[in-house]
Amino acid sequence: MSTRPIQVQPLDDPRKPSRANVARRMIADHIVSGLAILATILVLAPLAAILFYLLYKGASSLNLAFFTHVPAPVGEEGGGMANAILGSGVILALASLMGIPVGIAAGVYLSEFGRGKFLGNAIRFTADVLNGVPSIVMGISIYSLVVKPQHHYSALAGGIALAIMMIPTVTRTTEEMLATVPLAVREAALGLGVPKWRTALSVSLRTASPGIITGCMLAFARVAGETAPLLFTAFGNQFWSFRLDEPIAALPLQIFAYAISPYDEWHRLAWAGALVLIALIMISVTLVRIFANRGMLKGGS
Amino acid sequence: MGVGILVEDLNAWYGSNHTLQDINLHIPANHATALIGPSGCGKSTFVRCLNRMHETNPIARATGVVKMGEVDIYREASPVEIRRRVGMVFQRPNPFPTMSIYDNVVSGLKLNGFRNRRILDETVERSLKQAALWEEVKDDLKKKSGASLSGGQQQRMCIARALAVDPEVLLMDEPASALDPVSTSKIEDLIFQLKSQYTIVIVTHNMQQAARVAENTGFFLNGKLVEFDSTHKIFTNPHDKRTEDYITGRFG
Repeated sequence: MSTRPIQVQPLDDPRKPSRANVARRMIADHIVSGLAILATILVLAPLAAILFYLLYKGASSLNLAFFTHVPAPVGEEGGGMANAILGSGVILALASLMGIPVGIAAGVYLSEFGRGKFLGNAIRFTADVLNGVPSIVMGISIYSLVVKPQHHYSALAGGIALAIMMIPTVTRTTEEMLATVPLAVREAALGLGVPKWRTALSVSLRTASPGIITGCMLAFARVAGETAPLLFTAFGNQFWSFRLDEPIAALPLQIFAYAISPYDEWHRLAWAGALVLIALIMISVTLVRIFANRGMLKGGS
Repeated sequence: MGVGILVEDLNAWYGSNHTLQDINLHIPANHATALIGPSGCGKSTFVRCLNRMHETNPIARATGVVKMGEVDIYREASPVEIRRRVGMVFQRPNPFPTMSIYDNVVSGLKLNGFRNRRILDETVERSLKQAALWEEVKDDLKKKSGASLSGGQQQRMCIARALAVDPEVLLMDEPASALDPVSTSKIEDLIFQLKSQYTIVIVTHNMQQAARVAENTGFFLNGKLVEFDSTHKIFTNPHDKRTEDYITGRFG
């Protein structure tokens, strides 16, 4: 008996896809990829449009004086927003110094200690509600809680208002990012005899830090452009102020004041202010990212 | 130097699941003891009871007596103290991803506040040499993340990390099950060398591995310790029919 080679009939094999099948899959693949690319463009288009429009409207009014001078009185040409740039820096620094540590600490509690506990659930719920509080309401609340008792507007009150707006975002991202740290990594630390609080701070938090930094930057960028909470707290100021207990200028406030004015010159300055505000937010977020990535090791995840 | 472990009437639960039932066992000092048995039989729970890692799970609890040398670990010591005396190597390598190789090895010391540079340097070299990893990583100690090593190297780094805190007992929960044969044989060689200085308890699914590295072997089934004897006796002439069925591959 002669040996016969095994017959291979690819098209009859039910496990093998037919040519029509393959073609259908390729079409589906192209459609889904196309939709994903389209969605990306739809997301990026408004950002690009805003940037270009700001450049078109605002770039021509930018000059050295914009960054070195305080606003000119009505009727005078020129002037800048130097005091507002400084004021925004002061308020945002205050807000970050107060909001980020509190937000991270609450996130650590939620993820590492408060799972399933009443207090944990209460904090999580409060954070979510706080996230939905309109910013004007935040402004009025801080007005009655801080400004009224002190009898004056202040940079500090502005910082507090923005800090409270940052907390829910920072808390929830910290919790989410800590939840992605594998149990095995925590067990490695606990198994070495590291106490639980130390494991939470030095191992879990450190492992999750890239995501937490992103969350802090999101919160920062969000409040950096807020106007409403500052109207009743920081109030604004036409002059230089370095004091935390006095009204202070801020870019969004200055933009608002100029934008609703009847003067063309001020409208142009408002556009320039908006451009500078966006640029400063982008620069600070990029700087933090570069700084945070510098400490990374080769091959780390 | 290692220390012996005496276990009396140990019971453990996960929620309402009674995972360990009335375990009595003496693990001799400075020997390797293997624990075998089918998946879900309680071997891992048992070793996690020996360094009180079991109780890190909020629904878990344990009763009974575990004596490490003279110390009753459930009554006379805190979990943190016990875990410093008992090193643990897990089934999958679990390096700290944000730390360099150097920091991974001395993490047990550094995270407990130890900062003396000279002693840290010495500990890194000694532990990595004990774990047979020194030659492969000595040039990248502070440059590379612990997570950048291969799986087998990561597991040896985790062994070095456990040894760096000078434990008396080393618990290994299937330390080679995620590794290739070459890395596995390196880990086995290591266990062979380390058992003169440490008491080693190794959980394994690989019966040849138990036969190669351990003087004594215990067979677990359904949460009970069926048989505990010298490895030679267990694999040639087991006392219990169920042990014989398991090692000859008739079930499990």
